[in-house]
Amino acid sequence: MSAVYILWLRELRRYVRSRAQIVASLGQPMLYLVALGFGLGPVFQKAGRGSYLQFVAPGVIAMTMLFSSVLSGMGLLWDRQFGFLKETLVAPVPRVQIMLGRMLGSATVAVIQGLLVVVVCFIAGFRLHSLAIAPLALVFMGLIAFLFSALGTAIGSVLEDIQGFQLVMNFLVLPIFFLSGALFPLDNLPVVLAAVTRVDPLSYGVDGLRTILIGVSHFGAALDAVVLAVLGVLLLGIGSYLFSKIQV
Amino acid sequence: MIRVENLVKRFGSVTAVDHISFAVERGEIFAFLGPNGAGKTTTIKMLTTLLQPDGGTLEVGGLDPRKRAHQVRQLFGIVFQDPSLDGELTAAENMELHGIFFHVPRKLRIARTEELLKLFDLWDKRGQQVKFFSGGMKRRLEIARALLHTPKILFLDEPTLGLDPQTRNQMWTQVRAMNQSEQVTVFLTTHYMDEAERTAQRLAIIDHGKIIAQGSPQQLKEQTGTASLEEAFLALTGSQIRDETAGSAEQLRQFAKMWNKR
Repeated sequence: MSAVYILWLRELRRYVRSRAQIVASLGQPMLYLVALGFGLGPVFQKAGRGSYLQFVAPGVIAMTMLFSSVLSGMGLLWDRQFGFLKETLVAPVPRVQIMLGRMLGSATVAVIQGLLVVVVCFIAGFRLHSLAIAPLALVFMGLIAFLFSALGTAIGSVLEDIQGFQLVMNFLVLPIFFLSGALFPLDNLPVVLAAVTRVDPLSYGVDGLRTILIGVSHFGAALDAVVLAVLGVLLLGIGSYLFSKIQV
Repeated sequence: MIRVENLVKRFGSVTAVDHISFAVERGEIFAFLGPNGAGKTTTIKMLTTLLQPDGGTLEVGGLDPRKRAHQVRQLFGIVFQDPSLDGELTAAENMELHGIFFHVPRKLRIARTEELLKLFDLWDKRGQQVKFFSGGMKRRLEIARALLHTPKILFLDEPTLGLDPQTRNQMWTQVRAMNQSEQVTVFLTTHYMDEAERTAQRLAIIDHGKIIAQGSPQQLKEQTGTASLEEAFLALTGSQIRDETAGSAEQLRQFAKMWNKR
């Protein structure tokens, strides 16, 4: 199991050393928070739904974690191209452990990114609904990070070059974000969109965070947690299988 | 130490390795030579458990890499043709990672890391991130890393590519020193015939997936009636140029160069 630990540590070391990237990755959430939070605020208010900043903050936190965990899961692609993957594949360590170490590292990094955005949200004026249950948000952040790191690793195992990477961003990651209810309420949607949001795993992550942070729920926190956990384990299984098939 | 009989590997309709047989004895330095695309790297990948052969038998340290991959992996160290270090980590951290992967006990790992980094003149740079290293330093670190778990066999796939003569010379001196002091068997490929001639006790030449000559550098020169190994090599493989298409790895590497200096 020490291989899992050292690979986890590697992801953290790499993260801490990429200071420019940390700052850069906070730019997008800030933009969403400020431009949408304040820009759409008046309209949202007039529709009688309260503060849009309050509403969108959990969505922006979830978005950050989605991007961070899928991207670092797909860091596998870089390791493959720059050769480090080979070093791990000739090691006398079961591949499941290698995949697990990487994945837990990616997930931890995503949670840290998420927490940074939480801080940004507070600075922008976000306020908690209840201080007592706020720590539960960490559970949902963990589940989101776990699920999407597994997804990223699974994708990274089958992708071979950078072109595929763009494809994944535009046709998988961005739709997962935009169709998750991160930016809009899930009730009273057109039928098709409502159906799509229901199969989008991030919908449950955003909903879970919203339940804990602002006390507004669509699916209910229990269902959210179960869906995220089950899907996470499923993707972990698929990811391990695909990872074990990698040839270099 | 290594025994290969009638080894075959096909990629689609191309037979990359076509019924080759050879053996490498314990403590020997063995050079595996051939033009680009001859099947050298494919053979190394099969010996090092990274590729499954399509036929034939192979044995590394008395074990079958197909059946006992983990035991075989513990037996060898490898320096790949492409760099395989983590540039964001320091030299010491790269060593640490390798040591933990290969189950080297902590105390031994720390002692041997110091010993090897000193031998390869990298001890003073151990705290520096590898991305700031020169090509020669990276290569030396990779060799040091491959030796960390005291392997019985060291695979070197074109380790001196792109290095200046000084660095190459010193690197081979260090490899020979390890071969002497720890009896590590060395299996190398290179395009520099002078290196092979000076370093290897025995060699095999592979072309179009087939071994076309085997023996000591002296024997090959006598066999072809030439004065140097380079001439012998050309006499055996012809002077036609083999072009390899740039793989996706090369394309991505160029792409990455635009974004950051790795």
